[in-house]
Amino acid sequence: MAVDAPQIKSTSTEQCLKCKECGNEYPLEARFVCEQCFGPLEVQYDFGGLDVAEAKRKIQAGPQSIWRYSDFLPFEEQPKSVLATGMTPLIHATRLGAYLGGLKNVYIKNDAANPTHSFKDRVVSIAIAKARELGYDVIACASTGNLANAVAAHAAAAGLDSYVFIPTDLEEQKILATGVYGTELVGVKGNYDDVNRLCTELSAEYDWAFVNINMRPYYSEGSKTLAYEAIEQLGWEVPDRVVAPIASGSLFTKLFKGYNEWLDVGLVDGKTPIFHGAQATGCNPVATAFENGNDFCQPVKPDTIAKSLAIGNPADGPYALDVARGTGGSIEQVTDDEIRAGIKLLAHTTGVFTETAGGVTVASLKKLADRGEIDPDETVVVYITGEGLKTLDAARGTFEKYEIDPTVDAFNHFVPTPVTA
Amino acid sequence: MAVTVKIPAQLRPVVDNQATVSVNASGTVSEILDALYGEFPDLKDRISENGELRRFVNVYVADEDIRFGDGLETAVADGSEVTILPAVAGGC
Repeated sequence: MAVDAPQIKSTSTEQCLKCKECGNEYPLEARFVCEQCFGPLEVQYDFGGLDVAEAKRKIQAGPQSIWRYSDFLPFEEQPKSVLATGMTPLIHATRLGAYLGGLKNVYIKNDAANPTHSFKDRVVSIAIAKARELGYDVIACASTGNLANAVAAHAAAAGLDSYVFIPTDLEEQKILATGVYGTELVGVKGNYDDVNRLCTELSAEYDWAFVNINMRPYYSEGSKTLAYEAIEQLGWEVPDRVVAPIASGSLFTKLFKGYNEWLDVGLVDGKTPIFHGAQATGCNPVATAFENGNDFCQPVKPDTIAKSLAIGNPADGPYALDVARGTGGSIEQVTDDEIRAGIKLLAHTTGVFTETAGGVTVASLKKLADRGEIDPDETVVVYITGEGLKTLDAARGTFEKYEIDPTVDAFNHFVPTPVTA
Repeated sequence: MAVTVKIPAQLRPVVDNQATVSVNASGTVSEILDALYGEFPDLKDRISENGELRRFVNVYVADEDIRFGDGLETAVADGSEVTILPAVAGGC
């Protein structure tokens, strides 16, 4: 485990919390909705004082973690964290691209390669660092599983108590991989939206740092680092398109913010990528709103194997719609069978085993490719946000296993056909 | 007839710092809210705009999001609980 060395920021970036609806501003404190209009608050930066050359040098000389981007994160000084997160592999997926009709530049950002095997390590690193800065002793969250893993692990590493609230029907792998860290694990009889509503009410009663409620403006900033890393790993280039999963829409909108911040300050040249979102048909409020031309999302009751995306009442849905429409992109939806096929396709062509959310993303990429929307020369970054070992049931029954006696004759009786895609 | 309305922390300053308010009214969510606005006029602009709820305000009747019912026309039974909450929470 690497401990990042503390480093003082050398560049000035004034910050505040700003309402995305009415523009009201607030100081950087534990606050997540605008008092005037209930709109979401977002960290606002003034990069006017940023020395771009110095910022780039600092990034490249920085730690192999998200803290290399501290000039673009809401802290006065670079925080420390025990579980170093980020700088996950960007894989040039040539075989996957070939399978999809000759796409030459498909890249897989494999964010399963984080300490608790999902992109949630990024957002939790930021939320816990901010919670400590604001003096909180207890960390809490409402989770569909990956966040539970990350909160329990990072709280343990930081020596903080934690409470993790999950729907009772979560995948066993995600429950086991949370409880092991010694958190207070609370199963709530209901779906994620019920858990989230309960935690929103609890956040008014308990003086805890709920990472995705009162810490949400900071937490969500962590997802921007997935844009920064892709730019760096592409050799300081912006991709033409991104494909990313949508649950609440937070990751999707923060990727957009991340790419645009670096374009705006001049750290990289180019234009904003085209954004494609990915949802499961069994939980498709944002995809449905996109198809129907609505600017709001009618909530749904989720019924999908992609439980990490099973948010029927997506908080950032309206903004995700703006991003997809504003960039000329789309929001796709795929069935459970397509999700299983997506997991298999990624595994067969790249050696990356993703969870169901990644299956949603790959299946959506395939839809775009099948429709001919992607030019063969375009650079496409596909965000794989979690690990296949956490949703093993999705792989069950998708392949054949041979059982033989330990003899050469028995083996020769079977001549397995190649399984490559 | 009385209905209990649960008030989120952000709105308590405009309802005399109460966490719950008992409203003597009957009918729909809309009628309950109108009765509440009558008692606490500052509440109205905070959660509604042009007669509709602001888009980041969620309202639940007996723990069910009113968007699964009839929206502001959802019926509120005597003795039941109406919960107002900010929509911007949770997720990934």
